[in-house]
Amino acid sequence: MSDHENVLDHKVHRDDVGAKMGMWLFLFTEVLLFGGMFLIYAVYRYQYPEQFHIAAMELNTNIGTLNTIILLTSSLTVALSIAALQKGNKLLSMIMLGTTIVLAVLFLVNKFFEWSTKFAHGIYPGSSILTSKPNGQILFFGLYYVMTGLHAIHVIIGMVILAFMLNFIKRNKVTTDNYVKLENSGLYWHLVDLIWIFLFPLFYLIQ
Amino acid sequence: MDNSSGVLPVEQVKKSFYQESTNKYTGIGAWLLTKDHKRIGLMYMYAIISFFVVGAIIGLLMRLELLSPGGKLFSAQTYNSLFTLHGVIMIFLFIIPGIPAIFGNFFLPIQIGARDVAFPRLNLLSWYVYITGAILALTSLFLPGGPIDTGWTFYIPYSVRSGTNVSLALFAAFVLGFSSILTGINFVTTVHRLRGKGMTFFKMPLFVWATYATAWIQIIATPVIAITILLVIIERAFGVGIFDPALGGDPILFQHLFWIYSHPAVYIMILPAMGVVSEIIPTFSRRTIFGYKQIAYSSLAIAFIGYLVWGHHMFSSGQSDLSNMIFSLLTFLVALPSGVKIFNWVATMYKGSIDPQPPFLWVMSFIVLFSIGGLTGLVLGSLATDIHLTDTYFVVAHFHYVMFGGTGTIFIAAMHYWFPKMFGKMYNIKCANVAVVLYFIGFNMLYFPKFIMGYMGMPRRYYNYLPMYTPYQRISTYGSWILVGTIFFIIGYFVYAYYRGKKATSNPWGGVTLEWHIQSPPIMENFETLPVITHDPYDFSQLKEMKNE
Ligand code: HEM
Repeated sequence: MSDHENVLDHKVHRDDVGAKMGMWLFLFTEVLLFGGMFLIYAVYRYQYPEQFHIAAMELNTNIGTLNTIILLTSSLTVALSIAALQKGNKLLSMIMLGTTIVLAVLFLVNKFFEWSTKFAHGIYPGSSILTSKPNGQILFFGLYYVMTGLHAIHVIIGMVILAFMLNFIKRNKVTTDNYVKLENSGLYWHLVDLIWIFLFPLFYLIQ
Repeated sequence: MDNSSGVLPVEQVKKSFYQESTNKYTGIGAWLLTKDHKRIGLMYMYAIISFFVVGAIIGLLMRLELLSPGGKLFSAQTYNSLFTLHGVIMIFLFIIPGIPAIFGNFFLPIQIGARDVAFPRLNLLSWYVYITGAILALTSLFLPGGPIDTGWTFYIPYSVRSGTNVSLALFAAFVLGFSSILTGINFVTTVHRLRGKGMTFFKMPLFVWATYATAWIQIIATPVIAITILLVIIERAFGVGIFDPALGGDPILFQHLFWIYSHPAVYIMILPAMGVVSEIIPTFSRRTIFGYKQIAYSSLAIAFIGYLVWGHHMFSSGQSDLSNMIFSLLTFLVALPSGVKIFNWVATMYKGSIDPQPPFLWVMSFIVLFSIGGLTGLVLGSLATDIHLTDTYFVVAHFHYVMFGGTGTIFIAAMHYWFPKMFGKMYNIKCANVAVVLYFIGFNMLYFPKFIMGYMGMPRRYYNYLPMYTPYQRISTYGSWILVGTIFFIIGYFVYAYYRGKKATSNPWGGVTLEWHIQSPPIMENFETLPVITHDPYDFSQLKEMKNE
């Protein structure tokens, strides 16, 4: 019997192709979730082009760039971790996965400092400084907090998932010939990265 | 096949899934921790029917309030909460998950010749997510702040200003959406990966097609409502200003985002029902379905066009005339694939040998009620008439005819069709026949007067009314007693059948899709050996072979 027939007949309870298909569908819903936000961004950018321009100057491009580099690197390390496991190198895989998690923490630390400087300058939803600004700028910062905040939540979820994977590899639940869980987590992480790749120019670069 | 023998006792050959646990537990643990799609389907059923009964009782209370003018029973605020709750329960807890979660779970794997869904564990998780959402929604009633009073549409700006527990209720809707997405992902993957040998896409029963199309809508549309809901919660918590004109935001944007989901959601509600109809009609006409491919494709067409019509909920919101006209035109377009289905169903019955068993009668009452709903939908889809009728009882009547008369009726039809398979017992056919008639009468008494009142100008969501409406409101309330009474009657004879009913044969109706080839109730993992599919789904020449099986 072919592999697929065994899957159908429940002789094996494992279907890697199916698992990946499910993951892609899930990622698709994530893209749509952020898609709603991007849509709102587009509407308001169109409505208040100058205000968005002025407000964007206040963001710190250096921190943004640094974070982009961090996330891109972490995408690389997660891919390396999968490759290592495929080649049977468990230790290297775990090291790479660990590195990914550390990079994610770095990203969040950066984000934390970035947000807290903004807070210190009195720029946060409902603050008197922000509400005294023109509408377009209020919206820009509103969107900035909502979208990067939502993204940060995804980073945290991704970290938790990767931490689980680390544990699974250690306990040999994810192994060199059964690594679809790790692959799917990697996909999720790439998505988190991808969304940032869009957020970064929209908030920091287009000025 | 001798059909009158629907209640002949059969020897049960093998242990049914009720008698075997998928895990090491027995009793309640065998249910709560099961990975079996059939048990999960049944768990959804018990939960969903309970919520439906709660929703119906609230509806009954509202009708009681409207028995006579003066508003004596409830205050205006209470009435606001009642219709909101009624709407939220009926939409998010009953009609959206209804058919896919119960019958999709139970029959989709069987109908494609699979042993289970693609992700059984995820399936169980979706059930828990659903229950969590429901519990959150119900908790929001009892916490300080009080039950929500925004209407089920949560329109901005009121939903941001209302002091009631809107955030919690919204979060509940978010969680329920999550459950819906997970189920959708599960079904799409199942259809792609687990179709049995020989089961090509065009050999799939139409219920599978419909559930498949629905699953796609669940995947594509739900995230949009998720983000919209999150934004309202964020807005309530932090006042970011995305929908607040004082800060530059745009409240109409909320309506767009809301309906971008909620209109396709209407198809999440109706497509599975259409799938059930396409199962029942051939079975009781003993004829292959007319225009199989058109029906299958029209599901996809409805799913697709359904995305582009959300603006017809907003004709009076101040969007531009051009968008109004485009949305109106697109709305008429959806009527085409829906019409294709109706004609194909009728053509299937033509020259068939019709056997008017209860499921078939329910479908007949569906066709009438749903057509009334659909045609009045065209009235609302036209700009000129909509301006007059929007936000009146006309709309209330329209969507009850479509959702309740359409999907709700088919939900009941599906219960009658598949009950013998799910429980291995047969209910009392006479009772069921009486119930259809009572239901049909009660339904029209309850809702038809609302069309007239709406036309006369009675606005929706009011706890009180002018004396001129009294006769119509009266009839409507009497109707609600008949209707809800009938619903309890139906539940009653099902429960009776469950405990005391005669054993059902494995194929009481003479159906030919795969679920009728296996014993009732099915065994664990459905098939002893996996079937190899050679016939078209509605090829009734199989019946002879099946008799010998
Ligand atoms: C069981 C019998 C039912 C009765 C007696 C009933 C009665 C009512 C009444 C009196 C209203 C309020 C009308 C107004 O004042 O504007 C209402 C609203 C509504 N009903 Fe029902 N209904 C029933 C079943 C259903 C079902 C099965 C569904 C869904 C499929 C449903 C969905 C709704 C919705 C969405 C609203 C609008 C709530 C809002 O305005 O926010 N109802 N119903």
